[in-house]
Amino acid sequence: MTNDSSGDVRLSGISKTYGSFTAVHPLDLTVPQGSFFALLGASGCGKTTTLRMIAGLEEPTSGTVHLGDQEVTQLPPYKRPVNTVFQSYALFPHLDIFENVAFGLRRRGIRSVKKQVEDMLDLVQLGEQARKRPHQLSGGQQQRVAVARALINTPKVLLLDEPLGALDLKLRRQMQLELKRIQTEVGITFIHVTHDQEEAMTMADTVAVMNAGRVEQLGSPTDLYENPRTTFVANFLGTSNLIEAEVDNKTGGEVVVRAAGGKLVLPETRCSAPTTTGGKVLVGVRPEKITLTHADDAGEIPTARNRITGTIAATSFIGVSTQYVIDSPVCPEFEVYAQNIDRDARLVPGAGVVLHWSPAHTFGLDAAQAIDAGVEEEAAL
Amino acid sequence: MAALTEAPPPLAPAPEAKPPRRRGRWTPYWLLLPGILWLLVFFAMPMIYQASTSVQTGSLEEGYKVTWHFATYWDALSDYYPQFLRSVLYAGAATILCLILGYPLAYLIAFRAGRWRNLIMILVIAPFFTSFLIRTLAWKTILADSGPVVGALNTLHVLDVTSWLGWTSGDRVLATPLAVVCGLTYNFLPFMILPLYSSLERIDGRLHEAAGDLYAKPVTTFRKVTFPLSMPGVVSGTLLTFIPASGDYVNADLLGSTDTRMVGNVIQSQFLRILDYPTAAALSFILMAAILIMVTFYIRRSGTEDLV
Repeated sequence: MTNDSSGDVRLSGISKTYGSFTAVHPLDLTVPQGSFFALLGASGCGKTTTLRMIAGLEEPTSGTVHLGDQEVTQLPPYKRPVNTVFQSYALFPHLDIFENVAFGLRRRGIRSVKKQVEDMLDLVQLGEQARKRPHQLSGGQQQRVAVARALINTPKVLLLDEPLGALDLKLRRQMQLELKRIQTEVGITFIHVTHDQEEAMTMADTVAVMNAGRVEQLGSPTDLYENPRTTFVANFLGTSNLIEAEVDNKTGGEVVVRAAGGKLVLPETRCSAPTTTGGKVLVGVRPEKITLTHADDAGEIPTARNRITGTIAATSFIGVSTQYVIDSPVCPEFEVYAQNIDRDARLVPGAGVVLHWSPAHTFGLDAAQAIDAGVEEEAAL
Repeated sequence: MAALTEAPPPLAPAPEAKPPRRRGRWTPYWLLLPGILWLLVFFAMPMIYQASTSVQTGSLEEGYKVTWHFATYWDALSDYYPQFLRSVLYAGAATILCLILGYPLAYLIAFRAGRWRNLIMILVIAPFFTSFLIRTLAWKTILADSGPVVGALNTLHVLDVTSWLGWTSGDRVLATPLAVVCGLTYNFLPFMILPLYSSLERIDGRLHEAAGDLYAKPVTTFRKVTFPLSMPGVVSGTLLTFIPASGDYVNADLLGSTDTRMVGNVIQSQFLRILDYPTAAALSFILMAAILIMVTFYIRRSGTEDLV
């Protein structure tokens, strides 16, 4: 990454309302030059509107958009050094692939475009298809044309609006890596809008999780996954087991909480909620952090670990792992993912088990929010 | 995308379904029969009849006989080529005017009208609720010598310019080429707007955004994206305007004078007044051939085959 800041995108207090509906609440966001930034959220969360305001396709109701030091809020799209890869590509059906890619160059009055276009088509491995029309290409090829058509203009920022949404799963994985490679190669700032949390996490350096027109949390994929600060992020990004608990006491950087008679410990630094004694918190743990031990072997579990007892309600074998749903007093559907290394044959539905995990893998959330925020949204997609 | 819309593979037909299938095989042809008969009786037969008429000689009193007298064609062409040229000229002018007037309106309806879209569409089609003849007669009143339109044009000295160009004569509009072209334009405008609208309306709005995003100013977007993509509409609109306009005789009859006679007027008077059937038939065939040649050439040139 360079120290050049001309590719920074700075949104200050930007908002968008349609009549009485607020699509985007006043939003401050800085995307540094050269980063791969993802706006993640369910449909209707305002991520695409935010992107379109950067592109100039939507006029913000308030606030400003800066690219580097230049304010572009009032500039029409054709004057902004920004290009977009549109959802379902929006390739020009009456032009061949070559002319589609050359479109931006020609509009800027560049005469000899042949070399540049050919190089760009080679970069996206479409050199052979130059004289075909868009409808003669497959979805993946059209997608690459859309990327080439935008990238050839060497924009300061490349905006990607659900660019992989129309592709099948396998091709999507392939294109994710491809886009990541291209981004590393050209070093342009990418802002990527997606509803696919896996896509956001595999590709982006920084992810902003949006919900109902607001950024819920912003950070690196690992940070968001390990330290969600809201239930929405905890549930939307992967799966979380959330337990309603009451703070018992605080000692030496650790918070002890009570949940359904049992005690759980979590690091104070990982608790985003106030931890006054008697106060309510939501305690969370990711399914893959949990170890499952049959109730008969409960004595072998080290004492320092958080533990919960329950019975297996359902199992599903995925191949690399097995997913268990555990019925426990603290949470009726506790999810546990276990790697299939040494499978315990006794772990079948109906078996009594002890779930245990390291206190360090526990996080705490403010109990004043809906415990299932973000669950429905992901399930719907 | 195509894969998503593909129908699921048809199920193998059950063996007992065979007898009804055999009967069903002829159903499409039975259904076609009325249409085919209609075309045979009302299109093919008259065509053959007219073709035979065009090479007959004789007189009303003695009756006509097929003598393969192709000279009728040559005579018709050499006698009436000014009317042919005028037809092409007036129809061409009306088509261009229709395009100039119709395109912005179709564009407006397709992209900007919002909730007014249906209302404007009705207004475009509304003239069809009245007879062609009545509408053309109304133009006679509009362009009347003492009417406000002519008065205003005279005051603004527009008529001096158009008279100098030969479109009007003196201080009147009626009975001049301008009046005929105005009438043609008015009467065929909906035939231009409707196909234009339907092809503009099909353009994906994101293509405009994509063009803007790729540094095209709005004007350039129109020139490089919108207009090329609306070419199917332009072609069908111009054909639907030009073809009937070039054979029209009502406008020239009601709004023109003897100096503005089009080939349609000649055919009409040959058939109904002079009763020279071979010449009238020959003129019809020449007009048809001329239009076919022009249209073929036009469609070839416009290269819209792969746009639809």
